Order: sequence, then structure tokens, then C-alpha cells
Amino acid sequence: MSTSLRLLRIRTLVKKELRQLFRDPRTKRVVFGAPIIQVVLFGYAVTTDVRHVSTFVVDHDQTAASRALVDALTASGYFRVVGRSDRSGDIGEALDAGRAVIGIEIPRGFSADLAAGRGARVQVLVDGTNSNTATIAQGYVNRIVQSHGLREAARRGVEFPAGVELRARAWFNPDLTSRAYNVPAVVGVLLLLISFLLTALAVVREREMGTLEQLQMTPLTPGEFILGKTIPVALIAFVDMILVTAVALFWFDVPFRGSALALFVASAVYILASLGAGLLISSISRTQQEAFMGMFLVLLPLVILSGFMYPVDSMPAFFQKLTLLNPMRHFLEIVRAVFLKGAGLAEVWPQVVVIAVMAVAVMGLATRRLGASLRFRS
Amino acid sequence: MPGISLGRMLAMARKEAIQLRRDRRSLALAFVVPVLLLLFFGYAITWDVREIRLAVLNEDVGRRGAELVDAFVASGYFRVTEHLARYGDADRRLVEGDVAAVLVIPPTFSRDLAAGRGAAVQLLLDGSDANTATIALGYADAIVARYSGQVVLQGRRSVAPISAETRVWYNPTLESRNMVVPGLIAVIMSIIAATLTSLTVAREWERGTMEQLASTPVHRLEVVFGKLLPYVAIGLFDVAVAVLAGVLVFGVPFRGSLLLLGVMSLLFLLGALGLGMFISAALKSQVLATQVAMVATYLPALLLSGLIFDLASMPWVLRLVSHVVPARYFVNVTRGVFLKGVGLDALWTRGLSMLVFAAAGIGLATASFQKRITR
Repeated sequence: MSTSLRLLRIRTLVKKELRQLFRDPRTKRVVFGAPIIQVVLFGYAVTTDVRHVSTFVVDHDQTAASRALVDALTASGYFRVVGRSDRSGDIGEALDAGRAVIGIEIPRGFSADLAAGRGARVQVLVDGTNSNTATIAQGYVNRIVQSHGLREAARRGVEFPAGVELRARAWFNPDLTSRAYNVPAVVGVLLLLISFLLTALAVVREREMGTLEQLQMTPLTPGEFILGKTIPVALIAFVDMILVTAVALFWFDVPFRGSALALFVASAVYILASLGAGLLISSISRTQQEAFMGMFLVLLPLVILSGFMYPVDSMPAFFQKLTLLNPMRHFLEIVRAVFLKGAGLAEVWPQVVVIAVMAVAVMGLATRRLGASLRFRS
Repeated sequence: MPGISLGRMLAMARKEAIQLRRDRRSLALAFVVPVLLLLFFGYAITWDVREIRLAVLNEDVGRRGAELVDAFVASGYFRVTEHLARYGDADRRLVEGDVAAVLVIPPTFSRDLAAGRGAAVQLLLDGSDANTATIALGYADAIVARYSGQVVLQGRRSVAPISAETRVWYNPTLESRNMVVPGLIAVIMSIIAATLTSLTVAREWERGTMEQLASTPVHRLEVVFGKLLPYVAIGLFDVAVAVLAGVLVFGVPFRGSLLLLGVMSLLFLLGALGLGMFISAALKSQVLATQVAMVATYLPALLLSGLIFDLASMPWVLRLVSHVVPARYFVNVTRGVFLKGVGLDALWTRGLSMLVFAAAGIGLATASFQKRITR
């Protein structure tokens, strides 16, 4: 069989796929709009910064000194007073109802204790349901209260020697914006999601609607069928990658320090692996609903074990080992290194090779299974 | 058309249940996915950043430097993996990514402190992992502040001018598992709703069975409720399994009322399933419906519910949007019932929000469900 005939058949199928997909004008909006919504959402919502913690204040002392302490807390920007009262029980109520995360109770005699140098005390109640916020907020309270106390003492002429100061400097991302870390990673999740879902649905739809028989009667070989199904999806995935990268660079001002070539090569092998996974799911699903559910079954563990939002380092040892089998974990390492650390192919080639090996394995398995399940004539 | 009949509604539900039962694999997934998710999330997600890999460059000739390093180790948050000899090594170790942070203590550290001049230490962080770095910085800040307080007061007979006595409620050990597992139920329910119902009406359109449905003498409210009923049953079962797993497998305390959680789950499910059905009926295409359902239900539930990310720290636009994310209220409810053990008196506003959501979901689904065949 001549190569040109083969190419023609593949091209025809690609054209048919694209036409079928984009016949519905809404597809364009969904396929290209949804990734943009997602990257914007992730860019703004995923943050480990703790600010404006809602705080309930019960001040039994009602003096200038007690008010100065509350002002010191709010002036830091970490705390926002959402309510005040003079009954201790109100703190518990506010925490129970979730109106406040922190309750501060300043006892009567606070000002007098402070003035006499007896050591004034304040009670702090923390809602521990959000452990992350609670841990960090607790640290802020202690530090602010302590330094405020020393300042107050100095104002009254009681000099304490100066203590230790921590000067932090963050490499690669001086402001420690979570955005620079999270936004590039969205590329990894989206590429997998799009390639995986569209491939799986494209194949299963033919099966579900009964048009697969028609295709089986054509002189198409399984290989041509698979290429024709995956090429349009790969094209869409690449466009999505460029869109998301553009949003990251121009909207979120994420630095891009490394090599664009490295990103492209890595994306190509990664997309290949995702297409393979999509084909694999489609070879075992009969309905689109099954394929969609199957996708969740595979996708969520991959996302969770990728270091996308949850640091791999703090997982149990077993799960850390498991992440090594996850192409998304390796891809995210590449993406972050390329964006933030200025890496090129010279630095990230080991990860690229790992993903490529996985891609070939998955693709091989998928074509064999799908080829068998399709039972084409030729 | 006569009024709404319970009989026809149940008949519709039976048809949907039979169809679901035939699709064995979908059904299995509907039961397996939630459990699997819970196990994965519960075990793998931990925000307790412990044992952060720390390299130390201690050039101090006195004992204070070693004391500070001990304070870092004793906190449990840091693990000293190596001691460096030169400042230049700090760069290298961070670039190679072998350590997450480097603590640099200057030669004059003890002397400066003894003289009461105050001293500074430097913490170099690998900012390319901003999440861990931010948390590590928070811990380091607290450790240094506490140590500083000790140094300042040491040798003097005075006490700290002001001290804070902190007590943590509901989750005294500050375990992230206790925070993640109850909230997860809301997210898992959103996923189930999105995956199950976003396809149910679109499938009828694509398979051409919509004509049959349109010609049957059923009211569209009967169709909507009938279609939702089997899914509500699955959803409630999933909630029960998730609660059991949370308590038995993860040891999360359950302090509130099971009945309250059940009623709230029902409201949430009705709303979420109704919304999924609305998407399905409005788009009439399974491919589109799945995509839109992801963006409209699953992502907001994960990101804007307060499950993991603090809503108060987000920009005001997202805070505003989060008020129409039903999962936000449901996360509040599950945490309230699990950890806080509070009842309706603390949660009634959330209950009201979810009632509105349920009504809106059913209303939208019914309105969008036309029994006319116009493509």
C-alpha cells in the first residue's frame, strides 16, 4: 500500500474528526475557554498565604493599652476584627458558627499588669479545623504579641536587650508568590485532562452511536484510525498549552527563564503519554459515561500524586515512591524548572526520557488493546 | 396534563435505575470512585509540612548558634540533613534542590547577643516550591521569635511584658487529616453529581430516546425527580461510606448529629444533581456537558469551598464568587458536624443557603428540560 494513500486516509479522518468536533460552535468556546477559566481560577485561588484571618475580640480591660494590642494585630494585615463584645462566651459562639477563626480575650487588669511589669497575659483561642491556617495564624499571634510587649516595655523605660532577627531570602521566587509555583503547573493538569478526555470520548462516541461499524467497513487500518483520532486532539492540546502559557506570562507575570524548546519537547512526549492513556480507557469503556468516570478514576490520583498542590515531600514514604510512576510528577518538575529555575534540555532531559518511556509503553499497550477490540478487517 | 403523580415519578425512577443497573461498570465506579478518592486524599494530602530538609551553616564561635539549631530540630518541623562549611555551598545545595532551606548563623552571633546588640540569622529558601517555602518560613519565624524571647529574658528576673496563652479548639493536634477528610465529602459529592447527571439527559438526546420520552405522558417535574432519585440514593450511600471511612479508617472525630448531616447532604445532593442535569439538558451533548460540568462544579468545589485554600486570603472577586459555591456551605457543615459538634443553631444559615441551592438546582433542571424536539 502506498504511503501517500495512507497519508490521505489519515488526513481525511483528521478532517472528519475536526469537523465533527467543531460543527457545534460551542465546542470551541468550551475546549479553549475552559482552560483559561481554570488557569485564572488556579492562579488566584491556590494560595498558602494566610491573611485577613477573621478575629473576634473580647476586651475586658477597655484601656488604651488593650486597644493598642488589638491595633498591633490588625495593623499587621494578618488579622481582621469581625466582632467585639464584653462576654467571654461570645468567642465560643463565633468559633462554633465559623464567623471567626481566632478569638482574643484580654482580661481585666491587663493594663495594670503591663505597667507594673508583672507580665500581662492574653488568651488566644484558635479554630483548628483548618490546620494550615491555624498553625500559621498562631505563629503570627505569638510573634506580634511578643514584639508588641517588648516595644511597650521600652516605652515605659524598661529596656530589654535586642533579640534574634530572622532575615529570609527566597531563591528563584523572591516574593514567594504561590502563583509563580502554581500557575505553570496548571499546564500539566490541563494537557492531561484535554488529551485524555477528548481522545477517550472520540473513540467511545463512535462505539456508542454505532458509527464504529461504518468505520470498520472502510479500508482504514487500526493504526490509521488511531492516528486520525489522536492527531486532532494533540493539535488542540498544543493550542491549549500555548494559551495557558500566554495567560501565565502576560496576565500573571510569571517569569519564564528557561528554554521554550525544552517546554515544547517535554509537552510533546507528555501529550503522547496522555493520548495513550485516553486510548487505553476508550478500549475498555462502552459508553461515554463509563469513559468519563474512568477518567476521574485515573486522573485524580495522578493529580494528587503529582506535587501539583500537595507537596510530595510531606507524603508518606510509600506514596512518595508511587509518585515516581506518575508522568505528571515528572512533567511538573520540568515545567517548574523551565519557568522558574531557567532550565533547558540539558537539565531536564532525564525527566523527558522517563516520560517518553512511559508514553511508548502506554501507547503500545493502548494500540494493541484497541486494535484487538476494534477488529478491523485488515 | 393531570397533576404530578407519585406513581409516574417512581416509574420514571425505576426506568432510570434499571438503565443504571444495566450499566454495571458505571454503577461500580459510582461506588468505588468516592472510596478511592477518600483514601487517596486522606493518605496522600498532608499539609503538615514536617521534617523540612534544612542545611545549616553555623559559623558562630559561641554556644548560642548551636542552641538555635537545636531549637529548629526540637520543633519537629525541620530535619538537619547536613552541615555546610562555606557560604558558597548554600547556593549549590539550593540550586540542586537537595535541601529546602539553609540556615546561616554569622560568626558574631553569640557575641552580639551577649552584648545586647541583637543579632540576625539568615534563612535561604528554595522559592521554586512557594507552598513549602511559605510554610517553612512561617515555622522558622515562630521558632526564632520564641528563641529570641528566651534569650531576651534569660538571666533577668523579669517576665515577658505580654504573653499569649494559645489554645486550639476542635483539632488540638492541628492535623491536616482532620481538616481534609470531612471537607472531602463535599468535594466527592460534587464530583459524583457532575459525573453522573451531566450525562443523563444529553445521553437521551444523543441516542434519540428523547423522542420516546417526549411522547410519554409524564410531566417534566416527574421526569426530573424520577431521574434524580436513583442518583440521590447513590449519593447518600456514598456519603455514608465516606463518613464511616473517615471515622474508622482515618480516626477523624465525629461529634455532631448524624441526622443533621444526612438532611444537609440530601439538600446538597438535590442541588448539585439538579445543576448537573441542567447542564446536561441545556447542552444536549455529552462531550460538552462533561467539560462544562468540570468547570462549573468540580473546580469551584475544590478551590473556592475553603476545603484547602483559605478564602480570606483570596482576592475579593473570588471571595464574592465563593458565596454562590454551594460546596462552601457544605464544607462548613461537614466540618461543623464532624469536628465542632455543633447543631442547627450554629449551622442554620448554611442550611438555608443549601435549601435555596436545592430549589435552584431542581428549578433550573425542570425549566431547561423541554419536552419538545427542537434541535
